[in-house]
Amino acid sequence: MAELLVWPTLVAYGLAAVAYAGELHGPGRFGRLGIWGVRIGWLAQTALLVAQAVSTDGFPWGTWAGALNLLSWLVVAGYLVWGCKPRYRLIGLLVMPFATALLVLSWAGGGTAVDERDGGGWTLDAHVGLMLAAFASFTVAAAMAILYLYEERRLKHRDTGLLRLRLPSLEALDRLASRVALVGLLLLSGGIVVGLTRLDSGELDAAMTVTAVIWGVYATALILRRETGLQGRRLAWSLVAGFTLVAFVLPLTHFAS
Amino acid sequence: MKLALAGISHHTASVELRERVAIDLEAASALARRLARDGAQAQEAVVLSTCNRTELYLAADDHDHVARAADDALLALAGQNAAALAPLAYRLADESAALHLFRVAAGLDSLVPGEGEILGQVRDAFEAGAPGPVLDRTFRMALHAGRRARVETAIGESPASVPAAAAALAQQVFEGLEGHNVVLVGAGRTSELTARNLRSRGATVAAVVNRSLDRAERLASSLGARAVGLEDVAAVLDGADVVVSSTSSPGFVLTLEALGSALRARRGKPVLFVDLAVPRDVDPSLASIDGCFVYDVDDLEAVVSASLDGRRTEAVAAERIVAAEAERFHAWQASLAVVPAIASLRAQAEDIRAAELSRIEKRLGRLSESERAMVDTVTAQIVNKLLHGPTVRMKEAAMTPDGLIYAEVVRHLFGLGEDEA
Repeated sequence: MAELLVWPTLVAYGLAAVAYAGELHGPGRFGRLGIWGVRIGWLAQTALLVAQAVSTDGFPWGTWAGALNLLSWLVVAGYLVWGCKPRYRLIGLLVMPFATALLVLSWAGGGTAVDERDGGGWTLDAHVGLMLAAFASFTVAAAMAILYLYEERRLKHRDTGLLRLRLPSLEALDRLASRVALVGLLLLSGGIVVGLTRLDSGELDAAMTVTAVIWGVYATALILRRETGLQGRRLAWSLVAGFTLVAFVLPLTHFAS
Repeated sequence: MKLALAGISHHTASVELRERVAIDLEAASALARRLARDGAQAQEAVVLSTCNRTELYLAADDHDHVARAADDALLALAGQNAAALAPLAYRLADESAALHLFRVAAGLDSLVPGEGEILGQVRDAFEAGAPGPVLDRTFRMALHAGRRARVETAIGESPASVPAAAAALAQQVFEGLEGHNVVLVGAGRTSELTARNLRSRGATVAAVVNRSLDRAERLASSLGARAVGLEDVAAVLDGADVVVSSTSSPGFVLTLEALGSALRARRGKPVLFVDLAVPRDVDPSLASIDGCFVYDVDDLEAVVSASLDGRRTEAVAAERIVAAEAERFHAWQASLAVVPAIASLRAQAEDIRAAELSRIEKRLGRLSESERAMVDTVTAQIVNKLLHGPTVRMKEAAMTPDGLIYAEVVRHLFGLGEDEA
């Protein structure tokens, strides 16, 4: 019965995504509707996750479909930290369709079902949890980076509607994106360390290699920011590149290996 | 009590005529007090005088009299120009006058819809005037309407001038302007105004760059900045976040050749160039460098125009708020018409109660003090409960077109006012 909670979640997330698209055309009209959609959907999904956790002995999101369910929840939770502020709401235009798509995939793969399963051991649970939290952070950071690039483009092209649709300032987006990416990098590092404890020698596969590359991309970008003042569009593109690896290359290598 | 308004504004009169009747707050206060003190003209008065309008709000019992008094007082301000002013003045009464004041307070009657200063000016005029029950209520409702219009709509949010647009754009690049440095290139009035606008939002004016160092020093000292010659402009740009330029130079003053390497060395750290000069000072190709944003006068005016369009859209929502407040005013004013009848009815009931208690005084004498107090309280409560319904209904009926008939019926049925007759 609890798995039915996926429907209000999907409806609310979908509604929020549409509302944010409307906000782009008519600033101020749909933003509030969007954020309420996110809040209601997130609460429904939280209830679904709680139901899954209660019914399972251990970590219920160890499968790829279950992981997508948790990842979707983490992405929306990360968005809600800033999304409640009116100027940051439009990050939802990027985050919510992605979160909705993750949830749909999860549902299609049976990741939203509430049934009795056995967990995979605490190290695997911690590894998966940390990796998913890292990927959620990278998703939110990428959304902020894309918003940075959009706002920068509007400023460069002297868009006359700049002050009608007010987004966060470039400085704020730059700082927040790098901070969220740093949190993601720390979580990813933790996930990798925990994963290495489970690794038998010679077991390195393509997914692990891509994960190492992802770690390298984010670490390089953040070190360059600290040491050489890398910021603005270059940092934004680095975060988008890192997210591309997370969202597209990593799943491909994961399922191929 | 009747409300009357006589005034002129930018809608009806040119600045030459408006300045004839414009008075400062002190004179407005003195005029309001003089008009209200002389009870023959009005019992209450508030004078609102700004650069866009001079309006006299008067309240008195006699409608025709107070309207004439407001008109006379306004024309008296014009002195010899009274004849020229008379056909341009507007005269409004009661609800129309209140609605006009509400629109003024909300910024809907302003040259730039939603401009921020008018609400404070209305408040100042009210506090400096001589309001009584009617004007006190009317102005408080106007201030409430003005606040609601600004809080519940975005009518006052977008910039309405080029300096304000420049400052708002800077805030789109930098989160807040606190701790950010502004460099002025040119020491003219326009760049000074823009710098002051940025400074009011927390920015620091770091340097004033000018061909003439004397002029640069004069402006720099008033802004707490340092003066720099035009040849050293590249050196001060390193720490600049916003560059405001308005020289009278015939060609570009800030070029890609001169500044390109210095700006590239910032590695994407944002810098906003605000070019207020015509011909332009800032080479537009600077915008090709990562982190550089260049806005000229046309760009800023386009931003202002777009935001004014936004204000006009928001004005529709603000008009709805003002209309709702005007409706509340109407209800309040209508209730005033039945207040004498209600007061007479309550006074008569109280007289009857007191008379009846007095009639049985001897029998009540046997009661203790507390028992007598209880009888007094209970009879007063009975009277209040009996009159509560008719009082509320009369106030409600007063808002309908034939509402005053109810008051007349009550007067007739209870014989109110017959003794005075």
